[in-house]
Amino acid sequence: MTEFLQQLVNGLSLGAIYALIALGYTMVYGVLRFINFAHSDVFMVGAFAGLYLAPLAPAGSILGGLLVTGGAMLAASLLGVAIERLAYRPLRHAPTLNVLITAIGVSCLLQSAGQLVFGAAPRSFPVIFPARALSVGGLDFSSNQVVVLVFAAALVVGLRLIVFHTRMGAALRAVSQNPRAARLMGIDNDVVIRFTFALGSALAGAGGVLYAVNYPTIDPLMGVLPGLKAFVAAILGGIGSIPGAALGGLLLGLVETFVGGSEYSTYKDAIAFALLILFLLFRPAGLLGKSRIEKV
Amino acid sequence: MKFVFPLWSAAMLALTTALPAAEPIKVGEIASLTGKEAAFGQSSHKGTVLAVEQLNAAGGVLGRSFELLSEDNQSKSGESATVARKLLSREKVVALLGEVASSRSLEMAPIAQRAKIPMISPSSTNPKVTEVGDYVFRVCFIDPFQGTVMAKFAKETLKARRVAVLTSVSSAYSVGLAKYFKERFAADGGEIALEQKFTEGDKDFKAQLTAIRAAGVDAIFVPGYYTEAALISRQARELGLTIPLFGGDGWEAPQLIEIGGKAVEGTYYSTHYSPEDTAPAVQAFVAAFRARWNGETPDAMAALGYDSALVLADAIKRAGSTEGPSLRDALAGTKGFAGVTGTTNMDPARNASKSAVIVTIKDGQFKFVQSVAP
Repeated sequence: MTEFLQQLVNGLSLGAIYALIALGYTMVYGVLRFINFAHSDVFMVGAFAGLYLAPLAPAGSILGGLLVTGGAMLAASLLGVAIERLAYRPLRHAPTLNVLITAIGVSCLLQSAGQLVFGAAPRSFPVIFPARALSVGGLDFSSNQVVVLVFAAALVVGLRLIVFHTRMGAALRAVSQNPRAARLMGIDNDVVIRFTFALGSALAGAGGVLYAVNYPTIDPLMGVLPGLKAFVAAILGGIGSIPGAALGGLLLGLVETFVGGSEYSTYKDAIAFALLILFLLFRPAGLLGKSRIEKV
Repeated sequence: MKFVFPLWSAAMLALTTALPAAEPIKVGEIASLTGKEAAFGQSSHKGTVLAVEQLNAAGGVLGRSFELLSEDNQSKSGESATVARKLLSREKVVALLGEVASSRSLEMAPIAQRAKIPMISPSSTNPKVTEVGDYVFRVCFIDPFQGTVMAKFAKETLKARRVAVLTSVSSAYSVGLAKYFKERFAADGGEIALEQKFTEGDKDFKAQLTAIRAAGVDAIFVPGYYTEAALISRQARELGLTIPLFGGDGWEAPQLIEIGGKAVEGTYYSTHYSPEDTAPAVQAFVAAFRARWNGETPDAMAALGYDSALVLADAIKRAGSTEGPSLRDALAGTKGFAGVTGTTNMDPARNASKSAVIVTIKDGQFKFVQSVAP
């Protein structure tokens, strides 16, 4: 039982990070109907921004950790907005396939530029949040795992508040439902899209720092695998749906952890993805994909 | 213009007459200079460069100096084969030095074999590497020996009876070393309680470690590379596991301590050499290495990179030629070559038999524990 609960904790903290990245995929898809493959590299840049900001903030304190994470979110959202302005906006009226190929190009560009600027060797990530080993009733976890869970939950709630309780959120949902009608109602689509990228990228930036806090080696290709898994999580949850992305991320983290802790650990990813294929065969729209009301 | 012309031709004449005698011996080196195992590639490369510079300062061999052509494979699979082909076909190198990781040595070995150009791996320990063909050599011990050493160490020094193994399934080195360790440990009466797997690039090992924790073992054997070893140690400590972790020579890099921090204190690994060895040859090498590379202390990969170049130079001298077949025969006949990682004798399977060293981490420093003869 202890082992089961321990794996549950492990799986949730891994899944929370997938969820944070998956939210960015799902938001951009909701508004622009394409998969922003550069998202996983914004996640990587977020982690590196954290690395460079860390010496400026008090090390190992909650305030310092929040400052570093906040800074990384800002850096990531600026990058996201720049990518949208330079790479995607010129293609606004081009077929989705063109934008998709461009997204893959931007992803390659960021990975190669990252290797050039940050160096290709893995770097160790400093301690930014107070690191403590906690033990509750036979369950052992680090304070960092708690930080990840709390942060992820707060960001998902915050995102929901923005999308459903602000004017910008209403505009966002309007553009998602029908861009042309939204423009007729006086909504500036470009502003809304820019806002979407800023918000989604900020989440990726936070995800990058939290990932680095838990697994303290970072390198310019670190986004590839978590990015792929978060993408899968977004599909699993029903792409376009915010709670779906969060749920998909948690589910994928849990499946991966439980398989990884069993005797079939060799086939960890294979089993996780096979389950996904099976699931999508029966429910092609994903977990919460049907409910259009939730669409961003 | 008229005035310049004779000078020009004189210079040309001097060059052409000087060329045949001084044409350098081209040696190709393939290393992971960047990427995930960059610490290995960089160390090995620095050792090799030092050896080549010392050889050239001493006048080279056969009256010719060495020219080292280094290629980076970015720690990626597939790259080593590409750069090996390039070095062989375009640069016409007489021999290839590399790689550290067994998986990548296995990529370049068939290419060297087909071209009949000798290849010397400085530190790939998986037995399969030299099984590729008779042109493939290595200057380090192999994993069956390393597995035996660590099995004995676990039993006698760590007093472990039940051990868990955490293997990387996508690395030939890790799978091989795990296999030899398990065979030997079980043969000695120990019990392998469970084996968990991961893949290269994984960063979360808590699932596997939780299963290991539930199995209640005395120690964990992690035959992997330093990045994973450091993360595994950290996550094991976070899960409240205080039992010793130990591994093989893949752990040897400063990054192990940099990433692992306090979590790697009291872990052990086997390797090829220790800079604390008091043998004069070792101390001379350590001093020369520090002078050349800004005071850096050479690790085992650096020492083996150094030895690989010297073993090659020795063979060229004995062969009296840089032709593939005669150089191969000379390499196969390497006997009693005294290097910084001990005496190198090529066995019939083209592996060097050498002693191993066990190292621990104490107060953020690598500390020599014991030496184990073959």
